[in-house]
Amino acid sequence: MVSLSDYLILSSIIFCIGLAGIFINRTNIITLLMCVELILVAVNTNFIAFSHFLGNEAGQIVVFFILTVAAAEVAIGLAILTLLFRVRGSINVDVTNSLKG
Amino acid sequence: MNNIDTFDTATLWLALPEIFLLSAIVVVLLLDLFLTKPFKQVTYYLTQLSLLITAILAFNLIGEPKSILFGNAFILDDMASVFKIFMAGSTMVALVYTRHYLTEHKLFRGEYFVLVLLAMLGMMVMVSGYSLLTLYLGLEILSLSLYALIAIARERAGAVEAALKYFVLGAIASGLLLYGMSMIYGISGSINISDIATFSANATLASREMLILNFGLVFLVIGIAFKLGAVPFHMWVPDVYQGAPTSVTMFLSTAPKIAAVAMLIRILVEGMGAMHAYWSDLLMVLALLSIALGSVVALMQTNIKRMLAYSTISHIGFILLGFVTGVISGYGAAVFYVLVYILMSLAAFGMIILFNKQGFEADKISDFKGLSKHSPWFALMMLVIMLSMAGVPPFIGFYAKLFILQQVVSAGFISIAVIVVVFAVISAYYYLQVIKSMYFESSDKAMTTTATMDVKLILSINAVLILMVGIFPDFWIKLALSLF
Repeated sequence: MVSLSDYLILSSIIFCIGLAGIFINRTNIITLLMCVELILVAVNTNFIAFSHFLGNEAGQIVVFFILTVAAAEVAIGLAILTLLFRVRGSINVDVTNSLKG
Repeated sequence: MNNIDTFDTATLWLALPEIFLLSAIVVVLLLDLFLTKPFKQVTYYLTQLSLLITAILAFNLIGEPKSILFGNAFILDDMASVFKIFMAGSTMVALVYTRHYLTEHKLFRGEYFVLVLLAMLGMMVMVSGYSLLTLYLGLEILSLSLYALIAIARERAGAVEAALKYFVLGAIASGLLLYGMSMIYGISGSINISDIATFSANATLASREMLILNFGLVFLVIGIAFKLGAVPFHMWVPDVYQGAPTSVTMFLSTAPKIAAVAMLIRILVEGMGAMHAYWSDLLMVLALLSIALGSVVALMQTNIKRMLAYSTISHIGFILLGFVTGVISGYGAAVFYVLVYILMSLAAFGMIILFNKQGFEADKISDFKGLSKHSPWFALMMLVIMLSMAGVPPFIGFYAKLFILQQVVSAGFISIAVIVVVFAVISAYYYLQVIKSMYFESSDKAMTTTATMDVKLILSINAVLILMVGIFPDFWIKLALSLF
């Protein structure tokens, strides 16, 4: 039997990988989007595990909404990325450095 | 207080402003597709009309007893209604300036207005959200619309870059916020603010429940601080303010701040008021860092949009300071500050937009050199705006700062108040620099405006209000205090 704390440890590991990926990654913006998705997956795991062990459905409903929002978010993110590629010709993190001060 | 657990169609009218706005968005979106070039202005007028009707509907709901509807997901109280009116009002004013900007820069498209309306809907959901899920959804509707709005100037590399930065950091912030929400759901067993409030009030100090609640709380505070742009989660603010089209910067810096403050009130004050001792320390650190960094870094800016971004960060610090006090009058002072900030911010960005022409952004401080010779009336108004932001009496910015500091002192944080005043004095320098450029320097390049009469009129009213409300601030203060 998998216990609640196992799920929470798993999700916190995924969460940390996602966060670390965002801060360490200095090359590709697509990787950033993947890391954001990892964070959301960790959150979903949390919600489902809590929902199951509490016997309360609210958590599973929240997950549906998070999945939908995540899809919309990625759609907008990729659209912005396409624009960036069009104006800069590259999607590396280091091309986003014109705004400073 | 009405508390209706199940979904009941008879209570739908309490959400009438939201329902109306959603229908209006659909109409504007569809109608815009069928409008030919000469009739594109219809979209603009319809948008203004929808916002006006939304504000009127929200106004009619003032005085209704506090009701929690739709399975505890939605709250209608006076605070929600008043915030909705102010958000609709500031968006309407912002759109008047925006039209001038969009026409000058050939960005006038129907999508712009639809996205603004959608952002407005998201903000209304945030203001009225009473469960973690509705608050999150409102926040996402707002954020997704804002990402798209910034990228609407799709040929400008700066705007696209700003959109990308805002998107990435906004997505991280939502992720952190959600992680905190999942923790709080896990320990309290509910996503409703009222259940969380009961749970956190009953949790004993230093128990296991308290530990996990506190763990979730830290993530929630980080998420909200990201959205507000408080230091150390401010990295996106200057870049987005500078890179985004000025009309979007103006929108971004006004109404969404009310929504973010409302969300802070719903989650921290109403949901976790019992844990005030924990979150007030966090907010105190955020507030002090924001005021310090916002005041000092702005000194070195040459771009006025970037300077206003740092000034926003320091204003956010003041707003957070109001919540640190933990008393109702402190929260009232914070709400008063946010309303005042919006009035000033609208006027300041309105001034920049006023002088925008095709291919000229008027966003350098040096562009304002010698403005007093060429257009003394607008130079005078810029003077009023800058002095008000610096906190000079009798302008309204002074009273906003005064009330926050009064509350901070009476809550016993005297040393904090002294530090804050020192930084407020430092920040006066960069506001005065703009005034110096306008009045004591000359330039052979005269900035002229092609703006139509409505922009000039609304901008003048906006700036005069900063003075008038500063002389008679009673009504606004009473209004802000009556919301709690």
